[in-house]
Amino acid sequence: MKRTLLVSAVAIAGLAGMATAATLDDVRAKGFVQCGVSTGLVGFAAPDADGNWDGFDVAFCRAMAAAVLGDPSAVKFTPTTGKTRFTALASGEVDLLARNTTWTFSRDTDLKQTFVGVNYYDGQGFMTHASLGVSSAHELDGATICIQTGTTTELNLADFFRANSMSYEPVPIETNAEARQQYLSEACDVYTTDRSGLAATRASLENPDDHVVLPEIISKEPLGPLVRHGDDQWADIGRWVLNALITAEEKGITAANVVEMAAGTNDPEVNRLLGSEGDLGSMIGLNSDWAVHVISAGGNYGEIFERNIGSDTPIGLERGVNALWTDGGLIYSPPFR
Amino acid sequence: MAHSAFVRDGLIAPKPPPMTEVGAIGWMRANLFSGWLNSILTLASVAGTVFVFYELLPWMFQSSWTANSVAECRAAIAGAHGDGVNGACWAVIRERYLQLLYGFYPANMYWRPNLTFVLMLVALSPILFPNLPRKMLWFSAVYPFLGYFLLWGGTIWLPISILLGFVVGYFLIALNSARMGLLFGVISGAAGTVIYWIYIASWFAQVAHDLIPIGLTEVESARFGGFMLSTIIGVTGISCSLPIGIMLALGRKSDLLIVKSICVGFIEFIRGVPLITLLFVASTLLNIFLPPGTNFDLILRVVIMVTLFASAYLAEVVRGGLAALPTGQFEAADSLGLDYWKSMRLIVLPQALKISIPGIVSTFIGLYKDTTLVSIIGLLDPVGLTTSIRADSAWNGIVWELYAFVAAVFFVFCFSMSRYSMHLERRLQTDHN
Amino acid sequence: MTDRTLPQRSFSVGMLLYDTRYRAMTIQVVAIMCFMLLVAWLIGNTIQNLNALGKGVSFGFLNQPASYDINQRLIEYTSRSTHLRASVVGLLNTLLLAVMGCLLATVIGVFVGVLRLSHNWIVARLMTVYIEVFRNVPVLLWIVFAMAILIDTLPRPADFRGENATASMYFGDTVALTNRGLYIPEPLFMNSLGDLPVLGVFEISLDLLAFVLVLGAGLWATARIRRRADRIQEDTGIRPVTWHWRILLLAGPTAFLLYILGFTLGLPELKGFNFKGGIHMRNSLIALWLALSLYTAAFIAEAVRAGIMAVSKGQTEAAYSLGLRPGRTMSLVILPQALRVIIPPLISHYLNLTKNSSLAIAVGYMDVTGTLGGITLNQTGRELESILLLMACYLAISLSVSAVLNWYNDRVRLKER
Repeated sequence: MKRTLLVSAVAIAGLAGMATAATLDDVRAKGFVQCGVSTGLVGFAAPDADGNWDGFDVAFCRAMAAAVLGDPSAVKFTPTTGKTRFTALASGEVDLLARNTTWTFSRDTDLKQTFVGVNYYDGQGFMTHASLGVSSAHELDGATICIQTGTTTELNLADFFRANSMSYEPVPIETNAEARQQYLSEACDVYTTDRSGLAATRASLENPDDHVVLPEIISKEPLGPLVRHGDDQWADIGRWVLNALITAEEKGITAANVVEMAAGTNDPEVNRLLGSEGDLGSMIGLNSDWAVHVISAGGNYGEIFERNIGSDTPIGLERGVNALWTDGGLIYSPPFR
Repeated sequence: MAHSAFVRDGLIAPKPPPMTEVGAIGWMRANLFSGWLNSILTLASVAGTVFVFYELLPWMFQSSWTANSVAECRAAIAGAHGDGVNGACWAVIRERYLQLLYGFYPANMYWRPNLTFVLMLVALSPILFPNLPRKMLWFSAVYPFLGYFLLWGGTIWLPISILLGFVVGYFLIALNSARMGLLFGVISGAAGTVIYWIYIASWFAQVAHDLIPIGLTEVESARFGGFMLSTIIGVTGISCSLPIGIMLALGRKSDLLIVKSICVGFIEFIRGVPLITLLFVASTLLNIFLPPGTNFDLILRVVIMVTLFASAYLAEVVRGGLAALPTGQFEAADSLGLDYWKSMRLIVLPQALKISIPGIVSTFIGLYKDTTLVSIIGLLDPVGLTTSIRADSAWNGIVWELYAFVAAVFFVFCFSMSRYSMHLERRLQTDHN
Repeated sequence: MTDRTLPQRSFSVGMLLYDTRYRAMTIQVVAIMCFMLLVAWLIGNTIQNLNALGKGVSFGFLNQPASYDINQRLIEYTSRSTHLRASVVGLLNTLLLAVMGCLLATVIGVFVGVLRLSHNWIVARLMTVYIEVFRNVPVLLWIVFAMAILIDTLPRPADFRGENATASMYFGDTVALTNRGLYIPEPLFMNSLGDLPVLGVFEISLDLLAFVLVLGAGLWATARIRRRADRIQEDTGIRPVTWHWRILLLAGPTAFLLYILGFTLGLPELKGFNFKGGIHMRNSLIALWLALSLYTAAFIAEAVRAGIMAVSKGQTEAAYSLGLRPGRTMSLVILPQALRVIIPPLISHYLNLTKNSSLAIAVGYMDVTGTLGGITLNQTGRELESILLLMACYLAISLSVSAVLNWYNDRVRLKER
């Protein structure tokens, strides 16, 4: 294979469009959305045996593709690690990053990313062996703790133990499978990561009852999709696709009834959202029926949640703070007006 | 008795040697128990080997090949061999071996990587076996483009149009060197080829494809994985790095101070840093170094960095080959009045490269093993796939079986290649005597 | 005046190419121009890309607090220390692993290399199997393998606990081997001399310094005595008995120093979740150490074997005819000569081991790749600066190791006429 790759590098370099141009035009031109996801996190983004991606974050990518191109399958996935995700986005390798990424000040400003919203409110917690008899994170002085690296986890942990003047032995680990192995063989007493991840891991253990998730939540982890700084139109599309999913749940629009409701209802906001009244779509450079595509792609926010990570799935997460604001949760969308 | 004599006229039939000196016992005495130290070593080795097999064999054979998940497998083993028996769940290999070999490559297209692999052996054979017809080298030259087309698919016109670049270059060299001298010819040829690739090649491919659409279903890089990915990275890396490595080695031996320092600097830099940092460059920095908007997929970026990495090591191997050549060969070439390139091309390099082949093969083995590092930057090579298989809820908790399988396959590949390289070394030795 | 006979031609552009006097110069100028253009192109692209991202190149992040904890610290470090210090902690961990690995790999490698040439059939075969198996499987697999073995087969701290503990400590309750690592006694000094700050960056224990000084002085003195004994033996043929003096000189002052400093052993003890006290060699360190050493030792063994085979058979026979036993033949005659052949490949295997130690991130050992190229990079998002620094670290290690070993190689090289 002497020269092919160098040559095709040159060829591809010639073919590649300018990533800095308007992302929307770019996406339309190439005909698909390139979406950065995690390398495999059950429930959020994981490839099945045939290499098809599925999950909570993946559903957002598909919704974006549906909004922009009208086809939820017009999306390609790039698995990114904790290390490569921001560069992949910044360099234009992906158009959008939906990879359970915590919205923080420095990521938003210093790393020049734009978070389009929050699609899951998480927080860091601890799981430990029931046999140790620990009931609170404040009893963990001196424990050996497995941490999944590459996230904000290790920082929160350091802050928590410092604030409580306790000591601990950190064991940094790259993947969830590795962490599981170390935790199960008791090479560490405690496993810490986001509560959603803990719940998923605990549910997959042989005897979930032998393991307890401690009540303390030591950090705020608002997870959300993000796009590059500097392309407001693309950021607006991302933001309002997410809001459309949330509003759809609030208004009772589902994948099943969206086409029917798109014909027109008595609720003006639903009409504006689904394009039968006003012209919101053209304000962000999309067709007037963009939201119909978004919702028929995978349903509203609640449907996506229940299908991928909800209580009927192996992950079995409760809505909790991720319930709609009308149900006492934090999921809230600005009005479509 | 015909005559009685004091002198024997016949030989006494040789007596059999003592029991302790021949046969199994004699061999054992000579080779296993020739002293107290040796006896202790022998006994310890036997005990160690027996212990390892005693521990390992039941695990390997009291196993399950049919289960569909860890739980099922454990139950099957307990059912067949009694409770508490710790057996291997080879079932995970049965279910996933295709994935470990091909990654997520579409199953109905497995013939494409298979064919590519077979053709690779064909393309390599004229290089490795000198008594095959030289005409086959033409196939070796075209093979990279064919392999690219087979694996990635898409229109056949893209590789053809890129291949045409070489034709363009060749004609420019032939035309211009006749008129304006070799050096200018080569420069114009190279420039013409690059300009053709950048500005015309993709356009030509597009037009030709619109006229005569021939092609295979496109397979995106994200679906590449397993041993197929390792082999692609390893083979492409080593073959792309061969020309670069030769140039670097020549540069390092050159009298031109600046050329030499650039080459030495590059070689020492690459050899001084771990491959993993170069892979980090591939995964995070390469896009920053290239013109804004340049974007190609991770596998290609990894191949580029691996090529640079291997070329530094190959340069050292080739330098060793050059150093092993008697000075008389260089002097003979000079005395024939050959210029630098001719003497290198016709006299020095053929001999030096021949000596270097075992070194090149061992560099390849090293590189092939090092391709496992790409799992750290998120590519799904065999090691990366073990992680994702272990993340599957059905096979959660499987460790040893997957590692053992991957290690075994690597062992078979690398061991046979190292044997081949030793065979070559022996053949080269006899050639020189 | 032969110059006159040369064709007088005025300088023409063509001469730059076709006149051998100028051609070398032309090629060099072209080469350096191409090189500069390439570098300028890369730097230009980088600046343009970084501007587009709105990020400048700045190493200021190194002075920010790192905010994460590192388990194995050879120097003082807390989560409030800077990223720079975290990198130094990682670098020291890399060096520790590299030094430990090189030592063990050399020991195993020489041992296996010699045994592979043994006349004992079964031992030679076993060593061949070991070498082939380890050389032909990727080192990354060996590392994860070693880690999995440690985690899965060794007892948990919980097994040491309670009435019916299933595991126990070794050597009179002084050493504990758990799946979290090895706990061994640590030297403690009641009347410690304190620490000596070096450049305000890290501290050296004065106790250790004193110990090393006294031990070094003792070694120097014993070497003097031995040389004097050699001289007397050469002069008179009788070797004075000196071993008791040597032992006394070596052990006496050291023991005295330890007594003054109030030396005790800090024993590991199971407290709370973990063993406390003693020196904790973490399982990640042990796994890496074993895997890297065993892997590299297979290569070193081959180098040793090649070196031994390169020594002519006549040397062995000459040594035998002098009446040397096989063991002493090996150590006095063969190995010193083989060393000259062995050292160049040995250097490159040491460097490979050091570079392979960057795979530490696979098992969560916090070396410089794990701190600077791992968490620091992730948390600050400074990929360019972090990776360049990381490469500089490895380059510095590699270049200095090869410089030192090349110097040594030059010294032991056969002085040829």
